[in-house]
Order: sequence, then structure tokens, then C-alpha cells
Amino acid sequence: MYTEKVMDHFTNPRNVGEIENANGVGEVGNAKCGDIMRIYLDVQDDIIKDVKFKTFGCGAAIATSSMVTELVMGKTLDEALKISNDAVAEALDGLPPAKMHCSNLAADALHEAIKDYISKKGK
Amino acid sequence: MERIYFDHSATTPVDREVAKVMLEYMTEKFGNPSSVHSFGRETRKAVEEARNSVATLLGAAANEIFFTSGGTESDNLALKGIAFANRKKGNHIITTAIEHHAILHACEYLEKQGFTVTYLPVDENAMVNVEDVKNAITDKTILISVMFANNEVGTIQPIKEIGQLAKEKKIYFHTDAVQAVGNCHIDVNELNIDVLSLSGHKIYGPKGIGAIYIRKGVKIESTQHGGSQERKLRPGTENVPGIVGLGKAAELARIELDQRISHLTNLRDKLIKGIQEKIPDIKLNGHKEIRLPGNVNISFFYVEGESLLLNLDLKGIAASSGSACTSGSLDPSHVLLAMGLTHEVAHGSLRLSLGRGNTEADINYCLEVLPQILERLRSMSPLNANSKLAANNPCSQCDHH
Repeated sequence: MYTEKVMDHFTNPRNVGEIENANGVGEVGNAKCGDIMRIYLDVQDDIIKDVKFKTFGCGAAIATSSMVTELVMGKTLDEALKISNDAVAEALDGLPPAKMHCSNLAADALHEAIKDYISKKGK
Repeated sequence: MERIYFDHSATTPVDREVAKVMLEYMTEKFGNPSSVHSFGRETRKAVEEARNSVATLLGAAANEIFFTSGGTESDNLALKGIAFANRKKGNHIITTAIEHHAILHACEYLEKQGFTVTYLPVDENAMVNVEDVKNAITDKTILISVMFANNEVGTIQPIKEIGQLAKEKKIYFHTDAVQAVGNCHIDVNELNIDVLSLSGHKIYGPKGIGAIYIRKGVKIESTQHGGSQERKLRPGTENVPGIVGLGKAAELARIELDQRISHLTNLRDKLIKGIQEKIPDIKLNGHKEIRLPGNVNISFFYVEGESLLLNLDLKGIAASSGSACTSGSLDPSHVLLAMGLTHEVAHGSLRLSLGRGNTEADINYCLEVLPQILERLRSMSPLNANSKLAANNPCSQCDHH
């Protein structure tokens, strides 16, 4: 039911873990639906120098989290904000229809992390 | 890679002897049992022998066994057939919150038809309280339906006591015994069962065949109409290969029952003990002792069931889970929720259902790979013993069970 790319990111997830002094952290989802995604950012001069994730969830949740970190590594915040959930799914050669809404939240988590960075910076 | 099958509650492989006899009744002995000629007579004889075999397994009489397409049809026939035939007597049905969907959705349909259904709760072990059954009975109650053993967590219900109660109150008692047949000793008279559902493919028989036991004298009507097969209760040309296969599977279940129970209980207890010793932060779901001999159901905190299943599958182990992702809906298993599990603990449930083909080596292999998988998934999870999720997640407020 999953594409090869999904299984690749699920079995060998990129950028798993936490960033100790992250200057942006975003979390979406809740345990009730069975998916929680947390993204950690290290932003310097509006560029994402490092990004890591921790995810509780199904195969799609883990694969989309992994893919989104790969897509935004080294990108500017403006570029990162343009990445949508659908684009993440597309980069994985698609997700089963049932997973498109419940487990495809990685870009949302990324955007939350960027918002967190911007609000912290503003203070 | 070697593959290990731990999903016998989903389905079992067809026994070779069963397959052999089925093939004979597809190719050589293909007659319609209703035909007068010799082709028909030889299949009629085989159908009646299979009926005898199923009856013997349950301690019933042959004329109390009717063949159906499987567990779902038997459940539907039991509920709808008894409800509609006894409408004048009353419109109240008692069942439980942890039944299979074949029962729950048939009950929902009956509610739309003017029947009232009481869904009894269960305790934290998925056990129904006989007192609750007693208190739910009204003068309108016509049927009590309680599953023999739960398909997800394996808990075996107090069937004899509920049957006794139903008998005293002159209410029909049906049990969905799809998971229990071939795994538990069942005598319909000793256990006071009036109607019982069973399925072929859970007992090393074929898919697409099942049976319903209906005690002589029970008022029931058919839900499908046609010819005079199965004494008009279940019309349609008999699925002879399926019936013959079910008969053979029932015969094997009867002969091997004690051996199967001791083999499975032994493996089950070894697996549970091994997981408890090797992996922290888990919860055994279902009753500790009063459970199906081959059922292991454990919640692993901080991880989600589907990713657990995928990882096991990559290691060649086939299992199932009660997580939402595997239930086909947004909610995790209704059984686990009825037992009081929080959503996240239910999402992390894993069912390993053992069968007669499993060995000690299978258990040892599972105990070797499972801790590694858990360690990896937990290292990726934002949840742990200290996670503070309660603020934005109401179901995390009660995560200490």
C-alpha cells in the first residue's frame, strides 16, 4: 500500500532526533488521532542550517516527517513556508488516500516551527 | 527470509487434509445435493456427514446445525432471524460493547427497525459482568448475545453463567464463538447455549463457509428466501466443497483440541513472559488467565501500532494491531476503548495470535527482534514517560493505568 519511497523513508528516516538549542520548535497532531509530529529548527540568517524531527505515528507519519526535513535542509524560511503537505506527499510518490488527511501533517509541523522561530526572534 | 505467521485470529491456513477432500468435491464429486441421481446422492451424503462432524464438535444434534457463508452471516441470521420471529413477544436485545462488527452493525440495523438494544460495558479485562446482564433484562427482552471469546484481546466470557440466566428467564442466548471454536471446549448443552455462530477459516478450514447451531425449538426466521436447502432457513445450492472442508476441519479440531490448547497456552505464556521481561512500559490487554490459548495482546507505550506492524513485517513477522490506521477508521479499536484504554495506549496495541503451526523457535525469534524494533521506534517518538501532553490532548490526562 505504501510506495517504495515511503518505505525507504520509513525504514531509514533522515534527521531523526532533537536539536539541543533549537531556536524554533513546532508540534502538530495529538495522541487521540495517533499522530504527533515535532520539528526542531536551527535557523541562522533566515536559513535552515539544521532540522530534526520526532514522530509518534504510522508509516506515513514517519515518512512524511523524514521527507519534510530533507526538503527544507539549507533552504530559506520563505522557501520552507511554501512547502505544503501535498508537496511532501508528492515527493514520496504519493500516499494512500486514507493517509492524506490523518498522517500528512509534516509541513504543518514545519510551519509551526518557523512561526515559533519568528515569534521568539521578535521578542 | 523466513516468514512467521502470528495472525491466526484473522485467518488460518487450510489444513492439507481439508484441502484434499475439498478438491475431490470440486472435481470428481460435483453433484448438486438436491439432485435425485447418484451424483447428487454422493454429495448429499457428504454434506450430512459434515453436519454430523460439526454437531459432534459442539455436543449438538446434526439437525441443529445449518451451514452458512461464514461467521458474519451466522451472526446476522441469529440476530435478525430471532428478532423478527419473536417481535410479538418483545423488542429488546442485550449484547456487549466489545462484539464483532457483524453483531454490532446488525444490532444498529435492528434499532432502525424498532428494536431496542442494550450494549453492556466490560471491565478493564474486557470481561462482562453477569450481574449487568441480569440487571439489563426487561419483560421485553427476547435475546441475549454475548461473544464466547473476544477476537482482539482473547478474554473468554462467563458463557455458562449467562446461559443459565437466560434459560431461567426464558430468553434466547446466542454466542458468537468464531474465535472460540477449535480453541476451547464447547458443549452447547452444558453451557446453556441456544444459538452459536462459527466460521470455517478460523479453524484451518476454508473461507466462505460457516455454520450456525440452533437449538431445537428456537423460533427463528430466515433472512434470505429461495429453495428448500438447509430446511428453508438458508436457501441456495450448498457450497459442497466448503461444507465438506468445514466438516473435516471440525473433525480435526475435535481430535486435536487438547493438544492444540496445551501447545498454544505454552507458547502464549512464554511469549507474554518474554515480552514483559525484555520490554518496559507495556500493558497486557485482556484477562491474564481467562483468555484464548493463542492470544497475546500488548500495548507498547509511546509507539503507534501500524509502524510496529510494518517493522515486524520487514522482519518477516505477521501480526495485527488495534490502532486507527489498521482499523480503517480514525478511532482505535472499540474493544480497547471499551476496556478503558486511552487512545494513545490503544494506538500502540499489538495482537500476536498463535496457531498450531507455530514453534518455540518462532517465539524466540520474535523475542529477539521485538525489543530492537521498540527501541528504535521509541527513540523516534516525541512521547515518553515524562511527556507533557495533557494540555492540548485531553486523552493524555489519564495515561496512568
